[in-house]
Amino acid sequence: MTTPVGRGPGRRRLRGGPGSVVPSAQIRTYYDRPVLKQPVWTWEIPAYFFTGGLAGASASLGSMARRGGHPLLARAARRIALGGVVVSPALLISDLGRPERFHHMLRVFRPTSPMSVGTWVLTVFGPAAGASAVLAELGWWPRLQRLAETVAGGLGPVMATYTAVLVADTAIPVWHEARHELPFVFAGSAAASAGAAATLLVPTAESGPARRLAVTGGLLELGAAEVMRARLGELGEPYRLADAHRWSRAATVCTAAGTALLGLVGRRRRVAVAGSALLLAGSVCQRWAVYRAGFISAADPKYTVAPQRRRIEERG
Amino acid sequence: MTGYDDGQPRMGFFTDTSVCIGCKACEVACKEWNGVPENPFAWTGESYDNTSSLGANTWRHVAFIESGGQSTASTVQSASSVQSEDEDFRWLMSSDVCKHCTTAACLDVCPTGALFKTEFETVVVQEDVCNGCGYCVPACPYGVIDRRESDGRAWKCTLCYDRLKVGEEPACAKACPTDSINFGTLEAMTAMAADRLDVVVAAGRAGAQLYGDGPSGGVDGAGSVFLLLDDPEVYGLPPDPIAGSKHLPSLWGAAAAAAVTLAGAVAAAFVGGRR
Repeated sequence: MTTPVGRGPGRRRLRGGPGSVVPSAQIRTYYDRPVLKQPVWTWEIPAYFFTGGLAGASASLGSMARRGGHPLLARAARRIALGGVVVSPALLISDLGRPERFHHMLRVFRPTSPMSVGTWVLTVFGPAAGASAVLAELGWWPRLQRLAETVAGGLGPVMATYTAVLVADTAIPVWHEARHELPFVFAGSAAASAGAAATLLVPTAESGPARRLAVTGGLLELGAAEVMRARLGELGEPYRLADAHRWSRAATVCTAAGTALLGLVGRRRRVAVAGSALLLAGSVCQRWAVYRAGFISAADPKYTVAPQRRRIEERG
Repeated sequence: MTGYDDGQPRMGFFTDTSVCIGCKACEVACKEWNGVPENPFAWTGESYDNTSSLGANTWRHVAFIESGGQSTASTVQSASSVQSEDEDFRWLMSSDVCKHCTTAACLDVCPTGALFKTEFETVVVQEDVCNGCGYCVPACPYGVIDRRESDGRAWKCTLCYDRLKVGEEPACAKACPTDSINFGTLEAMTAMAADRLDVVVAAGRAGAQLYGDGPSGGVDGAGSVFLLLDDPEVYGLPPDPIAGSKHLPSLWGAAAAAAVTLAGAVAAAFVGGRR
């Protein structure tokens, strides 16, 4: 009997590179088992990040368009926001382990929980965006419609960014250590998707502001994601691995191409349609890249242990 | 801190891994008392550990670290000299459990109020409130709490809240035959841990250290104190855990800046008139 007994405690290397937050270190682990648990969230959650962001940014776009005298654009943006707020709660409830208890979210308001804050934001934003769109279509109660539109437009940017706080307020390194950049990634992604969706729904002559928002959003999304991955250093490695890498690359390619098409030749209808479709796809892929990177980050104990060891060493 | 004003001191565990013999009586007693479902059985090949980690269906988990042994034969031969300091072989055992953090990330992020602090300053999930949103799962910096697939709710150690209510000690501590698992006021547990550390270090265990003691750190202190014989990560524990909610101001600060940027981008899109 000369076979080794067990594998013993694992040792993992996590090498530091330029801009790295993790030094070269021998990481000791318990049989390479994760320190953290994998999220139990399924596809509904990144889908909601997209639909919630789309609805939020669209509500703001619609509100501004109405004030600025762009009735066609305002109507399209209101309809998109309506679609977003119809789909979003269904996605969220479907992801629960006990969907029939969804209303337990409404029994408390807990400022320390981004999900509780988000639930209440959605509880106000959803009906406001819905009422704004429906009342405008029917032509009923214009003053109430304006009020709903203003509330939805004001809460829109919160809807588009709180989900970044939600994922960042976890123990998962690739999310938590990106807490300063993730809201900008989500804000850019939401703006790009809202601008692109509105561009699809209105005649090109009327879609100028939507195209400008889409281009600004696309640039913000690309820039913030780049800064995020650079600042994460080796902790950002999950974005270069497995399916997170594929989603991340697809997001970059689609968003860059869509931004370029809309920004340079967006006044040609066919180009605008193609560019908008690319931006929408890029926005979806961006959320999936972030979502999947979290799973990869939680699965490997080196991402958890190495930065914590370094913190201890720095404290001395 | 917990809103109770009844003079009840904070209660907690002291797990002294230096006297753990790996019998897993704590795992069994916990399952029996709390009616925790069985785990699907599989050989892991990781020493005597086939439970692997804490989770929805494992509220006490005994870790086994075998190292230095070159073969089964030499392991058996050297078993009598495990205590010897110049011997490479070692076999560490440690019973892990929920840390019942002072600043508990799982509780902070819970959107339903299902997780709460008891009068003993322990952290407990109310099973009739939890709706299985799953937020506590990635929030816990120790990877303790998890959602049970069969019923969709989150579960973890309650520090035997029902037993504490009637003045009993938790089932795991009651069952532990070597007093590796101790239960009492957190003050007494911390003092006991400090005393044991002195004894173990004096006996030549240089790597011995306390884990979770004192009110400082990323979770502001734990309700479960450990005496470990090596670094925490060797046992699968995070060496310097932090509750994400400690960064709430910077989390929301960044979101506020991003939200203003988004509002600005929308407004800017209308500058320059129709095109």
